[in-house]
Amino acid sequence: MSAAPSKKDGYFDCRDSFAATIEALAEADPRIVTVVSDSVGSSKLGGFRKKFPERMVNVGIAEQTLVAVGAGLANGGKIPFVSAASCFITGRAMEQVKADIAYSNVNVKLIGQSSGVAYGELGPTHHSIEDLAWLRLFNNLQLIVPADPWQTAEAIKAAAAFDGPVFVRVSRMAVPALERPAGARFEIGKAETLLDGHDAAIIANGTTVHRAVAAARTLAAEGISTRVVNMATVNPLDETAIAEAAATGAIVTVEEHSVRGGLGGAVAEIVSTTNPVPMRILGFPGFVPTGSAEWLFDHFGLNEAGIADAVRQTVARKK
Amino acid sequence: MLSPTTPLTNDLVGAIAQRALWIRRRSFQMVYEAQLGHPGGDFSATDILATLYFGIMRYDPKSPRDPGRDRFVMSKGHCTGAFYSVLAAAGYFPQADLSTYMQPLSKLNGHPNRNYLPGVETNTGPLGHGLPVATGIAIAGQIDGADYRTFVLTGDGELQEGSNWESALTAAHRKLENLTLIVDRNRLQQGAGTEETASLDPLDDKWRAFGWHVEVVDGHDYRQLLDVLSASPKGRAKPLCVIANTFKGKGVSFMHDNVSWHHGVPTKEQYEQALVELV
Repeated sequence: MSAAPSKKDGYFDCRDSFAATIEALAEADPRIVTVVSDSVGSSKLGGFRKKFPERMVNVGIAEQTLVAVGAGLANGGKIPFVSAASCFITGRAMEQVKADIAYSNVNVKLIGQSSGVAYGELGPTHHSIEDLAWLRLFNNLQLIVPADPWQTAEAIKAAAAFDGPVFVRVSRMAVPALERPAGARFEIGKAETLLDGHDAAIIANGTTVHRAVAAARTLAAEGISTRVVNMATVNPLDETAIAEAAATGAIVTVEEHSVRGGLGGAVAEIVSTTNPVPMRILGFPGFVPTGSAEWLFDHFGLNEAGIADAVRQTVARKK
Repeated sequence: MLSPTTPLTNDLVGAIAQRALWIRRRSFQMVYEAQLGHPGGDFSATDILATLYFGIMRYDPKSPRDPGRDRFVMSKGHCTGAFYSVLAAAGYFPQADLSTYMQPLSKLNGHPNRNYLPGVETNTGPLGHGLPVATGIAIAGQIDGADYRTFVLTGDGELQEGSNWESALTAAHRKLENLTLIVDRNRLQQGAGTEETASLDPLDDKWRAFGWHVEVVDGHDYRQLLDVLSASPKGRAKPLCVIANTFKGKGVSFMHDNVSWHHGVPTKEQYEQALVELV
């Protein structure tokens, strides 16, 4: 098995982008604080701690207090970035996320680190492929799944500027930087069309976006014109982008999440009530076996070949 | 009986007592009219709330989110009869609003919501949320060197929630002397006594072992409450836990220390009897 791709191969760990951005934001805005649960290293916040020791709150291994302290800091006028492994900041503290953050509608930024199957070998207790389904239920919680280092930085800046609760899902899986037109901007709730196309659309986010682009290029060579939409914001969804995708007549969604209740489910809720077209939802079926993240992506068809195949099959179902 | 807006006199204890009486009568009326509520816990907490709002805390109901205000977090969020009554008496919203308690579209939910109701700092209801959020508020104050204090009132049964003990560690570790926890130690939870359910004693030793400064008082004695709550926390380098020994249903003979009044609602006869006693 080959080693996981690294920065020197043109791949990046988005946590680095998070860390650099939060340090820069904190330089400019003294209200910004970080809250961690013994998760300084895994959040890449060692640099922040060094620069702003008085603005980091480490509550220890205590996720319920982690999230609640974030709510309290916001009450005291801070802009807290609460950062821990996505599996724990959501599942372990779900009621705090609900009552203290979302229902209280407070200005807290939750950063779910090492999301999806990044901790592949550690097994389903450490996989975070349920987080979007859980959090999508809170209608006022902005939910962002950036796809690469640039978008991670932009998402963190947008979260800081947004007055209200935000969740940003940050991967530790190596991803390449996406190619974008000059002047590209990130806006919460606005999808990004990376490739135009009229036979089918792939709607992806996070670590699956570059795989979707690769699949679309393969399909283009076969004469299937495929639109690729990077739906980085899962809440609120960009319904215009979904309508444009549905206009192609076939939609495949791809995400590093369970097929239950994530991006695919969110898109299906819109498509089924507006312009029903054949859809496929690609993701993980539920608890998955232990294995590296790359192995799991291949095993469950979340790679270029698997995505292209799903598009061919969905196009064949067009009426 | 004094109205809740009668100016406080030099007789602070007397004035607090009068307001507490009004809060008991008004909150029981709310429960009677709504036929819903938690009057037993309302009454165990009333004297603590009245002492905080009329003898201790610094706040301006016209500017409920003033950054320098003292904060109060009602962790036992089910006891909204007493909490809403004290907020109305303190001037956060018209007393007439209390008549909408738990009615459709009322701002006065069964559990408090900060976005509807001024004076509410964080939404509570599920137990074990108040102390962790109050810990965060106190940390913000500590970072800023601000002089506001943060008070949180929990039930005692509520301390069975582990989240409290997570934040107990953090509050002591960070020497949050600006944080005060008051435990409404009425020794009853919904279904039975705390000591029959998952015992808490020795509760004072538990808090001391966690690194807190502990005071044990009679939670219906205004003078004792005033003494421990008004002492300056400066230099203590520890958060303060006040264990306030109280009685559920305090003030009404047939409710006194009676577990069935956790969320009992009065009949017309019981309501009228209570009003006779609450004078």
